[in-house]
Amino acid sequence: MKKFDKERVLLAVAGPVIALAVAFVLSAIVLVASGKSPVEPFALMFEQAGFSDIQVLIVNQASMYYIAALAVAIGFRMNLFNIGVDGQYQLAAMTAAIVGAHADLPAALQVPLLLLTAVLTGAFWSGIAGVLKITRGVSEVVATIMLNSIATAVIGYLWLPDVFGVKIGNNNTTGEMHESGWIPGIDMGASGEIYGLVILAVLLGIGYWLVLNRTRFGFDLRASGASESAAAASGVDPKRMVLTAMLISGGLAGLAGLPILMGDTHTYSLNFPTGIGFLGIGIALLGRNSPVGIAFAALLWAWLDKASPELDFHGYDKEIAVIMQGLIVLSVVVSYEAVREWGLRRQQRRVGAELAAGHVLGATDNSKKEVAGR
Amino acid sequence: MTAVELAGITKRFPGVVANHDIHLTVRKGTVHALVGENGAGKSTLMKILYGMQKPDEGTIAIDGEQVSFSSPADAIARGIGMVHQHFMLADNLTVLENVVLGSEKLHGIGSRARRKIKEISERYGLGVRPDVLVEELGVAARQRVEILKVLYRGARTLILDEPTAVLVPQEVDALFDNLRELKAEGLSVIFISHKLGEVLSVADDITVIRRGTTVGTAVPAETTPRQLAELMVGSELPTPETAESTVTDRAVLTVEALRLSAPGGKALLDDISFTIHAGEVLGIAGVEGNGQTELVDALIGLRHADSGTIRFLDQDITALPTRKRREQGVGYIPEDRHRHGLLLEAPLWENRILGHVTEKPNSKGVWLDLKNAQQDTRRIVETYDVRTPGIDVTAASLSGGNQQKLIVGREMSHHPRFLIAAHPTRGVDVGAQAAIWDHIREARREGLAVLLISADLDELIGLSDTLRVIYDGKLVADADPATITPEALGSAMTGAASGHLEDEEIPETPAGATDSPKSAASPESLEDEAR
Repeated sequence: MKKFDKERVLLAVAGPVIALAVAFVLSAIVLVASGKSPVEPFALMFEQAGFSDIQVLIVNQASMYYIAALAVAIGFRMNLFNIGVDGQYQLAAMTAAIVGAHADLPAALQVPLLLLTAVLTGAFWSGIAGVLKITRGVSEVVATIMLNSIATAVIGYLWLPDVFGVKIGNNNTTGEMHESGWIPGIDMGASGEIYGLVILAVLLGIGYWLVLNRTRFGFDLRASGASESAAAASGVDPKRMVLTAMLISGGLAGLAGLPILMGDTHTYSLNFPTGIGFLGIGIALLGRNSPVGIAFAALLWAWLDKASPELDFHGYDKEIAVIMQGLIVLSVVVSYEAVREWGLRRQQRRVGAELAAGHVLGATDNSKKEVAGR
Repeated sequence: MTAVELAGITKRFPGVVANHDIHLTVRKGTVHALVGENGAGKSTLMKILYGMQKPDEGTIAIDGEQVSFSSPADAIARGIGMVHQHFMLADNLTVLENVVLGSEKLHGIGSRARRKIKEISERYGLGVRPDVLVEELGVAARQRVEILKVLYRGARTLILDEPTAVLVPQEVDALFDNLRELKAEGLSVIFISHKLGEVLSVADDITVIRRGTTVGTAVPAETTPRQLAELMVGSELPTPETAESTVTDRAVLTVEALRLSAPGGKALLDDISFTIHAGEVLGIAGVEGNGQTELVDALIGLRHADSGTIRFLDQDITALPTRKRREQGVGYIPEDRHRHGLLLEAPLWENRILGHVTEKPNSKGVWLDLKNAQQDTRRIVETYDVRTPGIDVTAASLSGGNQQKLIVGREMSHHPRFLIAAHPTRGVDVGAQAAIWDHIREARREGLAVLLISADLDELIGLSDTLRVIYDGKLVADADPATITPEALGSAMTGAASGHLEDEEIPETPAGATDSPKSAASPESLEDEAR
């Protein structure tokens, strides 16, 4: 039976590899079309990946992408499209920053308090979309998009000096967090510091895999994603599952901004990174919702982000990296579907062939009356 | 003169009974009915004629000329038009816009198209108004728009897939008048149905299809519904007879005054009461769409009854969710295994867990127990003779019969005390059918209570200890399977008889009797099995 396992691995790898190859080729075409070398920018970016300070930046950035993509992926696993990760992580980072600036407990309590604040904020925000979906049938896509913009407005309100805002020059901040809520980084010498919460990202990845693949709940969730009708008939309460998945997705999303908040900025300001939630969608897609795949995808994305500024110094536009990210997402969608269908059909044929050849599991009699002609 | 001739059509899919050596000849200017039970292969055949699928063998001739279609566009160009069971209209566009959509080149999109539509509408008495929004139209009017759409594209042969399933009797009559207009103008109509009364009243020729092949033709004037039913049901199948009665007096499932309404208030299930004892198989006979799907949903907990109670052993389970019911020993062989019984793209062992994730050997506490689940999957595969090279292949790669054996094996492995078996052998080949019957019989001997729903009357009569007839959401008649014949049961299913059925007393069903369950049907149950 190892054959079919090996085949599944092959199919899992084929999709992203094809997608990446296509994306590289298309980006090269874009470069040629604009009259530039199609090779040198990639060479420059690969070279960047060799520098240890850039590597630290990539890992730090990837940790946030990773958590955001996990949040998206858990929704994908049951056909829920949580587009609201963006609003959820920003709002969650802000509330954590506010709590961190106003509460001052010992670190052993302060850190869990901040994490919990972020999780609950994210879950609350996505939960609104979940409740709307199960009670009123509102599409979670529409609801979460709307909630993103509401989150922006709420953040703007919380930044007001009369509320929780602290003006520093032209910048809106939430004031500096107490040091008990700072998480020390892993010192890499001259290359900088890796955020302490990178470890949290890794743990979340392991937890994600365990819960989905090894627990009853994970089975129910995956079944709901694979076939809503079959899951319902198997005893999954579809509404409860939608709400639960939405809450988990939002809770995870809430953590996405914390590595930089607790490891570096220590305040939620205008400079706080935005758009991580949207990038997470592409990363989850590329990573096929698998924790390992998402890790690679997050690193790839972070590399494109952190290596591309160098291009500006060599007469190229760093936006080539953004174009490439877009091309990857497009090719991923096409190639995955193609590979999936091809794989299914191939397996059907092979099972037919094996049966016809008499390779039946535990066959005692070799009567083939049922096999013929299938 | 022949309009359409299909000869020796064979279509194979991985694992399902599709079409085998089908012959069909449609004369010009006639209504040709294609009858057969759901899943007999009617839809596949029409998809082949409409260019949606290519036959593996056989030929298609239009007006005596051999053709090969690779898409519906080819078929349309040859004058074949299809009116689907589920209308393909955009609600927020007008009738005119819907009709010209995709065929803008024919007569433009303006006054010329409007004139053409009015002309067609008048010629065939369709009464279609071009400038009304489709969302304002009722079901029957939408259907006429669909017919007009097809005529507008120049169809000379129309395929109507179960056109009466969504209509009330008066609308059915009006539709038949339209069909007569069409054939008077020299057009041909292929009319797919499993409602015998309607078929006999409108068709000029009838072809009967069973288990994927054409089994006979009939001339309506010389045929009774009884004979047609006989052709449809067939009798060469292995008989599912149960030898001795194992019925006990211990009630396992008691349903009392169960009522379920559609959102509009129409009763889908009306005052349903019955008791199934340990060791008893209760068979429910009925034309599809008369409440069987709803009954099964109510018993497994997918829908909750508006009123009435369901007692399982000594417990009231009316309000229990599906999972609790399954944990307590309700087994479920669903009508549509692809929608309700399997995760097609998941490996067999995950499908073994499906529905029993909280039970041994699939889990320990909140954790899955993969090792034991996989081991037990191997056991099921061997015991129930599921033909597969291994348990890591996806369910989709198995044949329909083997998928069904896996489901039966899974449900039986948890020793249910009550089993819902909805069409347990549908789309399954003869060998697997006999095996499934054996398993049900064996479990029945050990005290299992079974609710059996089947369109195969031989299966129903052969396996059941007690028979009830469902019609329009009500249990209208009961019968003793030892004495009843498929024909007598068939006429009771049309609502022509009620009370206790004795074979001798069954009145002949008049040919014009309406046997349409009307809007009682849910969309799923009306759908011909997707293949």
